[in-house]
Amino acid sequence: MQNQGTEVLRHRDTVSLAHGSGGRLTHDLVRDLFAKYFNNEYLSTLSDSAEIKLSALDILFTTDSYVVKPLKFPGGDIGKLAVCGTINDLAVMGARPAYISCSLIIEEGLELTVLKDIIGSMSKTADEAGVMIITGDTKVVEKGAADRLFINTAGIGLKIGSAVLGMGRIEAGDKILINGCVGDHGMAVMAAREGLGLSSNIKSDCSPLHKLIEAILQTASDERQVVKFMRDPTRGGLATTLCEIAESTGYDIEIDEKAVPISDSVKGISEVLGIDPLYSANEGKVVVVVSPDAADSVLKKMRFNPLGKNAQIIGAIKKGHGRVHLKTVIGTSRRITMLTSSQLPRIC
Amino acid sequence: MKYIDEYRNGEAVKALAEKLRRAMSHESRVTTLMEVCGTHTMAIARFGIKELLPKNIRLLSGPGCPVCVTPNGYIDHAIALSRRDGTIIATFGDMVRVPGSTASLEKEKADGRDIRIVYSPLDAIQMARENPAKEIIFLSIGFETTIPAIAAAILMAKKEGLKNLTFLTANKVVPPALETLLQGDLKLNGFILPGHVSTIIGGKAYIPIVEKYRIPCSVAGFEPTDIIGAILDLVEQGLSGSPRLSVQYSRAVTMNGNKKAQDVINEVFEPVDAEWRGIGAIPSSGLKLRSSFEGFDAAVKFDVDIEETKEGKGCICGLILQGLKDPPDCPLFGKACSPETPVGACMVSSEGTCAAWYKYED
Repeated sequence: MQNQGTEVLRHRDTVSLAHGSGGRLTHDLVRDLFAKYFNNEYLSTLSDSAEIKLSALDILFTTDSYVVKPLKFPGGDIGKLAVCGTINDLAVMGARPAYISCSLIIEEGLELTVLKDIIGSMSKTADEAGVMIITGDTKVVEKGAADRLFINTAGIGLKIGSAVLGMGRIEAGDKILINGCVGDHGMAVMAAREGLGLSSNIKSDCSPLHKLIEAILQTASDERQVVKFMRDPTRGGLATTLCEIAESTGYDIEIDEKAVPISDSVKGISEVLGIDPLYSANEGKVVVVVSPDAADSVLKKMRFNPLGKNAQIIGAIKKGHGRVHLKTVIGTSRRITMLTSSQLPRIC
Repeated sequence: MKYIDEYRNGEAVKALAEKLRRAMSHESRVTTLMEVCGTHTMAIARFGIKELLPKNIRLLSGPGCPVCVTPNGYIDHAIALSRRDGTIIATFGDMVRVPGSTASLEKEKADGRDIRIVYSPLDAIQMARENPAKEIIFLSIGFETTIPAIAAAILMAKKEGLKNLTFLTANKVVPPALETLLQGDLKLNGFILPGHVSTIIGGKAYIPIVEKYRIPCSVAGFEPTDIIGAILDLVEQGLSGSPRLSVQYSRAVTMNGNKKAQDVINEVFEPVDAEWRGIGAIPSSGLKLRSSFEGFDAAVKFDVDIEETKEGKGCICGLILQGLKDPPDCPLFGKACSPETPVGACMVSSEGTCAAWYKYED
């Protein structure tokens, strides 16, 4: 049944940039428009990938579009992002990524050398990750109808083993881990895009996480599945992912600010700009929720992998009301809430 | 020295908080202190500072958010200008979502007006150079921290002979607002003074206020040890009965301030009476362009129809900006007024009191 007059449509007449920021308005748009119209058991979980059964095979299927500006940034480019992002959306749902599609919308006038570099980057990233780009499409639009280059990738993979991952498995007492420093990608892209002229060594953390995640999933404890849920904290950052978990499960989350790894460079630049790294995008990070007794062994597994050497246990799930609390570095407590729109540098 | 971790050291914070507790332990009355800087509002909320204060210290947030004190009429004027053909509005990001009487710059942008977010007034100069056929209008808001860069940009534009760049000014200065607050109904026992504004104007700018009103004042930095250190300083001043101007933020602020920045401001701007949202007109609290820079004044250059100013119904931003009410006292807070659907500027600005409460308070 199609529904009309949804919440998000009531307050506004047009789509704004805030609807694409990954914060509250994005969630409202997804919940009140897309999930209402595309109402089925696969989409309604609003997971990173949809899990379907085809002839007894458990397949995960996902899609994502990439519109990042600038096209190239320290640590990566839109092509690498497009491959890693889709690999990661499959991996966090317990799949081994296998095949990817690549659709391009190219603005007239894009330099062919730039396009070649990006396609080369996609090819290299896919090869190193062990996935294949097997189908694609290309459209070219008039100057002004797109911003240089948009990429959509969709991906499929087979479920690994019998891991059941989902927010429904989360329980009070579970621990929350992350594989390394947060905020790098968002800061690197912002600094590059706005030509902020800050000298720093901040680079995007853009990386394929499937091998790290496969190792984590192999942490067993008496055959129990100790990993309950995973998500890559992309747009909206770690804070948004934690809010999503808390709001969906109704549990509270308590995070220890001292335990959240943030690099000195990101810390410094975030203070200058007034941008909070907790809300800054990551493209090579995974939030993992595990049984409390397995937290140490999962942490050890993560740290063994090059993409997890700065992994930390950052918090825990508690009984509560769907809120996220942060114990600050000075021992006080405050809320973490979902942002409405993208962060912007401070005025004064 | 990293300049962050040391000033967030948990042990140092605990020690200062304990000193404060002991200093206030024999005080039967409540000591009311006000900060007048949006960054302080946010820092206090972000670090949960209030949790560390004894119950007989009350912290109020004053009119320290430059976006929040900008009247509705200014947004309406900016919107009217954005609707002119061939106009590019260059603005700090925070202004974009502030509701005017019936619209906002964000809505106008979505409707196709050319409204661009910039990080510095120098970006507006670049925009003017790159778009000679367009009129670039920079929305010039901000306190003394921001004004020198705007003044420098105007001087640069004049030197270059740029004819397609103007500024819609609503800049304000802090000290007159402090006087207005002290002349009002609020009983204050001290000011936590703005750290960044003071790097420009220097500690000396506040001495007349300290002497006239006998009120303890401390220029504070933004880390937890800075803020609690400044509160402790104010309490000790009060207890000793000898109010003075002290500079807690001595690693960035001097008594004389930044003379070059002050000179550049004086060269381009002169004082004018200004309207502060929710407070009303404060004499000599604003800045307008001197007559030799009139060519850069968007209000003079362009004649547009501005809609009748209407305040958001039920919005008590004005009372909140004066520290007379807290955000939860507002019937709209968290209901009709939220970051997604803001009624007043205090909710939508990243340094607004209501935004800070909404984001951080439990």
